[in-house]
Amino acid sequence: MITKRIIPCLDVRDGKVVKGVQFAGLREVDSPVRLAEYYSQNGADELVFYDITASSDGRKLFTDILCETAKNVFIPLTVGGGINTLADFDRVLKCGADKVSVNSGAIRNPDLIAEAAKRYGDQCVVLSCDIKRVNGNFRLFAKGGREDTGLDAIEWVKRGVSNGAGEVVVNSIDTDGVKQGFDLAMLAAVCDAVSVPVIASGGAGKIEDFIALFQRLPRVDAGLAASIFHFGEVNINDLKREMIKNQIPARI
Amino acid sequence: MTAIVDYGVGNLFSLVCSLEKIGEEAVVTADKAVIALADRIILPGVGAFSDALKKLKASGLIPVLKEQIQRGKPVIGICLGMQLLFDRSFEYGEHAGLRLIPGEIRPIADFVNDLKIPHMGWNALHFTEQKHPLFRYVQEGECVYFVHSYFATDCQSSLIASVEYGVEITAAVAEKNVMGCQFHPEKSGETGLKILKAFCEMEAAKPC
Repeated sequence: MITKRIIPCLDVRDGKVVKGVQFAGLREVDSPVRLAEYYSQNGADELVFYDITASSDGRKLFTDILCETAKNVFIPLTVGGGINTLADFDRVLKCGADKVSVNSGAIRNPDLIAEAAKRYGDQCVVLSCDIKRVNGNFRLFAKGGREDTGLDAIEWVKRGVSNGAGEVVVNSIDTDGVKQGFDLAMLAAVCDAVSVPVIASGGAGKIEDFIALFQRLPRVDAGLAASIFHFGEVNINDLKREMIKNQIPARI
Repeated sequence: MTAIVDYGVGNLFSLVCSLEKIGEEAVVTADKAVIALADRIILPGVGAFSDALKKLKASGLIPVLKEQIQRGKPVIGICLGMQLLFDRSFEYGEHAGLRLIPGEIRPIADFVNDLKIPHMGWNALHFTEQKHPLFRYVQEGECVYFVHSYFATDCQSSLIASVEYGVEITAAVAEKNVMGCQFHPEKSGETGLKILKAFCEMEAAKPC
């Protein structure tokens, strides 16, 4: 049986992981290369590198670091942030990324997904969406969740998948940072709309939140989180053991 | 030295890095002389079957590949590289393959109807009764990483590992010194590195 994936996300700015990571009292580690190695040896099924650099110097540094990471980490790597053109796809794929996640870039240029899927294959293109409820409807947000696009999020996801996105990441702005569990209603709506893998993001605070996610929504393929892994609130190996105890397929 | 056949498909960065990681010298090459000199050969591949086969034919490397197989050199196809080894594929039409391993490539969607396609993610290996040397460092049930929509069928005689995804999916095959794996060992963490290590320890059969 295919296992449910657990994916830590590393926000990288100017070559360093934002906020850094503290492991059980050890000093803060902010090297993306070292953290990626740590996670790959400690149960992560996949890693997401999110580039939040603003400058072009920072972007070059990010690409160098991605290369260095890919040399030492042999699990799938997804890269997001600052992906606006096919040249951006090319830049990160050459450095060892396996999948590329598009968000605002696809909103600005909706043809980007189709062009990238045609050139690199559907499995390479991940559509990442920031979604928030507005007057009871799921609305697509842009610019890191700061701007309401006015677009219906479910329609947007359907369109992205029909254009060739091979996977969808659903970031719920409503539950993000609240640590009270994933946004099951929003995820169910996306799972109803598309047949490609769906990755849940936003809201996990503890192991039980992942168990509830996979038990109540078996169609969700993966759970993504950042700070709860970085700050040791959830240890991925403990989480996997708990998943197996609850008959949720996991890779140990 | 292990030659990775470069016929213009896919990104070989991770594969090269993974071989370097296990201390194996890897050369990405389209040079017949280098392939003939190599101790073993990897045939990679991503994308569509007919497109990849067309490129492999155009590279002119099929004769040298077959000659090296004749000489008993270990050869492994990875992902689409494995699929190319079979008799034919039904991906977008019907296309003849290299006919090095008996069997056919068919859409997973023809066999399962309630599961997501592609079969993407980590799945647990089940070995056939006689564990193949490729898995000498790997235990039953270890997971490897898959991304594919088509799979090898009618290849029972060469099957050495499978995974379950609504139906039994061919994970690896072997026909003497010709091997193939559907999964990506270079993306399968420690388990994948152990499989590559086992392959890189294989030597050409001594001529009788």
